[in-house]
Amino acid sequence: MQEEGTYNYKVVRQFAIVTVIWGIVGMTVGVLLATQLMFPDLTYGIPWLSYGRLRPLHTNAVIFAFGGSALFATSYYVVQRTCHARLFCDRLAAFTFWGWQAVIVAAAITLPLGMTTSHEYAELEWPIDILITLVWVAYAVVFFGTIAKRKVAHIYVANWFFGAYILTIALLHIVNSAEVPVSLWKSYYVYAGAQDAMIQWWYGHNAVGFFLTAGFLGMMYYFVPKQAGRPIYSYRLSVVHFWALIFTYMWAGPHHLHYTALPDWTQSIGMIFSLILLAPSWGGMINGIMTLSGAWHKLRTDPILKFLITSLSFYGMSTFEGPMMSIKTVNSLSHYTDWTIGHVHSGALGWVAMISVGSLYYMIPRLYGRIEMFSMRLVTLHFWIATTGVVLYIAAMWIAGVMQGLMWRAVNVDGTLTYTFVESVKATYPFYAIRLLGGLMFLSGMFIMAYNTWKTVQGAKPVDAPVLAPAGAHA
Amino acid sequence: MSDFNGEFWPVYITVITVASILACAVLLWALSTRRVAIPGKADVTGHVWDEDLEEYNNPLPRWWIWLFYITIVFGVAYLALYPGLVTYPGLLKWSSGGEHDADQAKARETYQPLYAKFAAMSIPDLARDPQAREIGQRLFLNNCAQCHASDARGGKGFPNLADKKWLYGGDPDTIVATITDGRSGIMPAWGTIVGDEGTKNLTNYVISLSGGAHDELRAAYGKELFAANCVACHGADGRGNPALGAPNLTDKTWLYGGGSATIAETIGKGRNGVMPAWGEFLGAEKIHLLAGFVWGLSNVQ
Repeated sequence: MQEEGTYNYKVVRQFAIVTVIWGIVGMTVGVLLATQLMFPDLTYGIPWLSYGRLRPLHTNAVIFAFGGSALFATSYYVVQRTCHARLFCDRLAAFTFWGWQAVIVAAAITLPLGMTTSHEYAELEWPIDILITLVWVAYAVVFFGTIAKRKVAHIYVANWFFGAYILTIALLHIVNSAEVPVSLWKSYYVYAGAQDAMIQWWYGHNAVGFFLTAGFLGMMYYFVPKQAGRPIYSYRLSVVHFWALIFTYMWAGPHHLHYTALPDWTQSIGMIFSLILLAPSWGGMINGIMTLSGAWHKLRTDPILKFLITSLSFYGMSTFEGPMMSIKTVNSLSHYTDWTIGHVHSGALGWVAMISVGSLYYMIPRLYGRIEMFSMRLVTLHFWIATTGVVLYIAAMWIAGVMQGLMWRAVNVDGTLTYTFVESVKATYPFYAIRLLGGLMFLSGMFIMAYNTWKTVQGAKPVDAPVLAPAGAHA
Repeated sequence: MSDFNGEFWPVYITVITVASILACAVLLWALSTRRVAIPGKADVTGHVWDEDLEEYNNPLPRWWIWLFYITIVFGVAYLALYPGLVTYPGLLKWSSGGEHDADQAKARETYQPLYAKFAAMSIPDLARDPQAREIGQRLFLNNCAQCHASDARGGKGFPNLADKKWLYGGDPDTIVATITDGRSGIMPAWGTIVGDEGTKNLTNYVISLSGGAHDELRAAYGKELFAANCVACHGADGRGNPALGAPNLTDKTWLYGGGSATIAETIGKGRNGVMPAWGEFLGAEKIHLLAGFVWGLSNVQ
């Protein structure tokens, strides 16, 4: 069959292009929110532009629309190429694309209208939750169907991570979405009180662990060795850090609920597993960065490698910071401050966005029969503007966060608090300005990418590359 | 959902927790003991994907193995010392509730002499004592300013504490009572009872009480409605009643605003003003200082 002789690049192309678009949308909302924090009356009087409604739109758009589309695109690309087989069931793959876009559009309409379940990172109401479930099951069938028809005996390490991410997100989504509908756009969770909070953060932290970490490590394990032209540093390191990561991530959620109504024992378990997570997380960073040994000189000239390796550095940094922040005594300072926001963005912008961008710059020309992007100089420019933006963003939030934490706990000799809350808000103002600048820079980089992508695909003929025969020794 | 009570759950969670930590250690030990080759010169595994994807099989970095073991040892030690294995309290017998109580006891001991000194003074004396005023102001800024504003001049729905006008009375004892037990200032909704026309008429009458511009005819009709429905709280002369917290309608001071639209809204839909009770949270000694500051705002200088 003609069809079976080629890879299904169509669905990869679709997801790759919308990744760029949703990236711009999600980050634009982020920049608007950062501006609102400086000028609270900016959109005064328009309910659907209020901070409380746009914040979940921002998080959903960057995590699930931008990050999700990037994961769909890369996992479909990687699983085909490393299994030496066309994607299982084209029609189901097409359904995942249109279904996921429908979820995103539904989110973009319902969240500004104020329809929300109130579970963080899972605000979408029950009809959308059902659609997500259907799309996700289809995704799993397509992905594991392709694994099943692979032409090589061994499953490549990138696919372990993609597989773990797909299975775990299914589990998380279903448990966390146990809702009782009361009308078409309103439902209530079956959980209540501290248990509801625990379920929410079991989901929330594993969304970080499996959506934003395992999935993107899958990306790393393909695009870093490909772009560097070097073998993965250590197979056994990937075995240890994969299983240790899977084992321990599941437990880390309670560190979001230190010093709350959650029982002490639950908080302790969350804290120690978060600490044990440090080494498994760094295992991925080591495996990625050390893959470059023998090819370090390429970093000087190759902007795609710059993106990939810098993202791993941010990954290492935020997975060190995370375990530290999970220690109760550190958390008592950092909790509820902008330090948390800085931590999240060093992961989200530095790691997730930059590895996605690097992977897309590798993939897009290949999907359109080009050798490389329209302008590698623009890729370099994008790299520097994005990196500077992230550094400004997280440095501002670190300083602001530590300052807030110290101001909130300062006590006078008479036992009263030294500062009122509003004084800490006032003191944060300059850092909000720096953060806004950093965010704007990162967003500008996405516009450069959109232009570069447009010029790359303009007039190009989409190609579906032929399925390669596995290497002889191994068939 | 039931809580994790009973015999089964603590055992289940303990076993899984310990097994997961041990499994990490065993996994690490199994894959780090067999040294294969000199680092950097390890051979590839022999698997090839997508033309040129290969894997070296370098040994795990030493420093990384130790980092991993250290975190595992830390985890085990922490579980021995602190509550983590559900019903096992830990060797240190620490609990967050216990830490909180100890901190509170220590704070009481530290600050007790200072507050005891002020507790013996009368509120008017506190209002003239610079140190007492300073403490009172800090307490106010951190607990009261959210509603009553940093300058204590209030806002819509939140009384101005710096003028001489009081809803419940401004003597020291009443101020202490208001802070300690809180207040509920409830104006019932009259819209459905007196109707739209009645609301308009009442609005005009209420405006007339403080000499504002109004429709004479409507005010005359409104006066009848007022006599029938409003006098119980606001009094026949509209001067209010501090025992109920019913505002004086004859002055130019308005809690929710004195425009005709706002007054019509107040009459039609009612109001529900709440001052929370601070007795348990702040305690009598701090409330005493706070009352000194609040009383001083309109009585000193």
